[in-house]
Amino acid sequence: MSRTILHVDLNNFYASVECLYNPEIRDKPVIVCGDAEARHGIVLAKNGPAKALGVKTGDVIWQAKLKCPGLIAVPADFRKYLRFSRLAKAIYADYTDRVEAFGVDECWLDITGTEKLFGDGETVANQIRQRFREELGLTASVGVSWNKIFAKLGSDMKKPDATTVITQENFHEKVWPLPVRELLYVGRSTRTKLQNRAIYTIGELANRDIHSLRLLLGVWGETLWHFANGLDTAPVKFVGEESVVKSVGNSTTAVRDLQNFEDVKMIVYVLAESVAARLRDHGLKCTTVSISVRDKELHSFDRQGKLSVRTFLSGDIATKALELFSANYRWDRAIRSIGVRGADLVTADGHIQLDLFDKDKTQMEGLESAIDKIRQRFGQYSLQRCTMLFDRKLTGFNPKDEHVIHPVSYFK
Amino acid sequence: MFYIEVVNVSDKKFVDVTAEHSRDGKVKPLSITWEDGRVYSVDRVLDVRMAAALKAGGQGIRYTCRVHGREVFLFCDEGRWFIES
Repeated sequence: MSRTILHVDLNNFYASVECLYNPEIRDKPVIVCGDAEARHGIVLAKNGPAKALGVKTGDVIWQAKLKCPGLIAVPADFRKYLRFSRLAKAIYADYTDRVEAFGVDECWLDITGTEKLFGDGETVANQIRQRFREELGLTASVGVSWNKIFAKLGSDMKKPDATTVITQENFHEKVWPLPVRELLYVGRSTRTKLQNRAIYTIGELANRDIHSLRLLLGVWGETLWHFANGLDTAPVKFVGEESVVKSVGNSTTAVRDLQNFEDVKMIVYVLAESVAARLRDHGLKCTTVSISVRDKELHSFDRQGKLSVRTFLSGDIATKALELFSANYRWDRAIRSIGVRGADLVTADGHIQLDLFDKDKTQMEGLESAIDKIRQRFGQYSLQRCTMLFDRKLTGFNPKDEHVIHPVSYFK
Repeated sequence: MFYIEVVNVSDKKFVDVTAEHSRDGKVKPLSITWEDGRVYSVDRVLDVRMAAALKAGGQGIRYTCRVHGREVFLFCDEGRWFIES
C-alpha cells in the first residue's frame, strides 16, 4: 500500500522566531548569528529580505553586512527555538505518532491510513500550515509524497508557506527535471562525479543503469538511484523511538586560535571529558577515537585510531586523541577548531579481554563515575583537571550541556 | 469638537494578572492590574487557545477577555502575561 508522508520545513526558523518577538524588525533584513566574541560569529539563519539581498547561511557577519547595509543582527537564543520546535511537535502529535525529526526545524510525518479522520495528505498539510500561522506565528512549507525523499524535495520546491504534492503520477514532471544536487546526500563531490558522466538532473540519474552507478559511486550509487526513482522505503520513526547511537563526539571553535600543544591539550581534555561522560550516560564504550582539526585558514582534516581496549574514560580518549594529533599536525598554522569523537561503540557491560601488563581499569572507572556524580550535584566546574586552570577563558565551556542541537543523519 | 485618542497599536504591555488556578490545571484570569495601579476586572473569558501575537510580538496561550465591554487579547507567554490591543 502506498504511504502518505509529509515533510514539514519551518521557513527561516530562527529568523522567523526572532521576527515574531520583534515585530518592528519584521520587514527589515534580519540575520540570526552566533556569538561574535566567542568567534562563532556566522550567519545561522536569515529572513526573506536578507535572503533576497544575497546573504547566505554560513557567511561571516561582516561579509553579510557588506552585502546588505542596514542589516540587523540578532544573537541566537536556542532556548526559544527549542521551545517552538517542541510546540510544533505538539501540533504534529495531533495527527500521528510517527514523527521523525530531522534537525530542529524539519520533521517527517507518516499519516498513512488517517484519510477518514483528517482527510488526504494535502488537506492535512494545509491544516498544519494554517495552525502554524495562527498558533505559532510561523510559516512552513510542506511536501507530500509516498516516500521520505520526495516529501523532503517537495518541501524545498515552494517557499514560504506552501504545500507541494508529489504523486506517483506526476513525479516524472515534477522531480526529474530538478538538478541532481537537490537530492538528499548529493553534495559537491558526488555532484562533480555525476556531472563528469553527464548526469545533471534527477531524471538522468534515475534513468541510468544501476550497475554503472555502482561502479562510479559504490553502494552510494545504488542508494541514490533508489532515491531518484522514488523507491526509498525508509520508515518514519515513531515518536520517542531513539536511533541507535553510532558515535559520540563534540567539537568546538576556540575563543582564540590555538598556538601550541598546551592549548590543544586543554581543549582536547574538555572535549574528551564531555565525550566520555556522554558515553557513560548511554552505557557505552568506544573502541576507536577520531579527531578533526581545522586551522585558521579553514583547512581541515580528520584522523582516527583504534584503542587497545574499549573505554569510556576521558583520560584514555584524550591520550589517544593527542597521540593522533601530534602524529598528524606540524603547526604550519594556528588552529581554529578541534573535535573529538568516540566511535565503534559497544555496550559498557560486555565481557572484556584483560591486558596482562596494563593496570586494572576498574578503579579509574569508579573514579570517573564518582566525578560524574559530584558534577551532577555541584555543577560542571566543581571538579576540574589541573590543565584546565592554565587558561580558564579557553576551557570555560561545557560541550555536554551547552550543545543540545546535534546534526542528524538520514541513515540512522 | 474632536477627541483625539492616541493609541499605540503595536505596543506590547506586560501586566500583573490575578488568576484562578483550578484543580484540573485550568487557568482563568480574574483581573488585570495596569502599570499605573488601576485594576480592571475580567468580566468574561470568551475564548482560550494557543496563538501568536503578531501585532505585539510573541506567542502563548491567548485569552480573549471582555473587560469593560471591550474585547482584549490577554496572552500568557510561559508565565508572563501581556496585553495586545
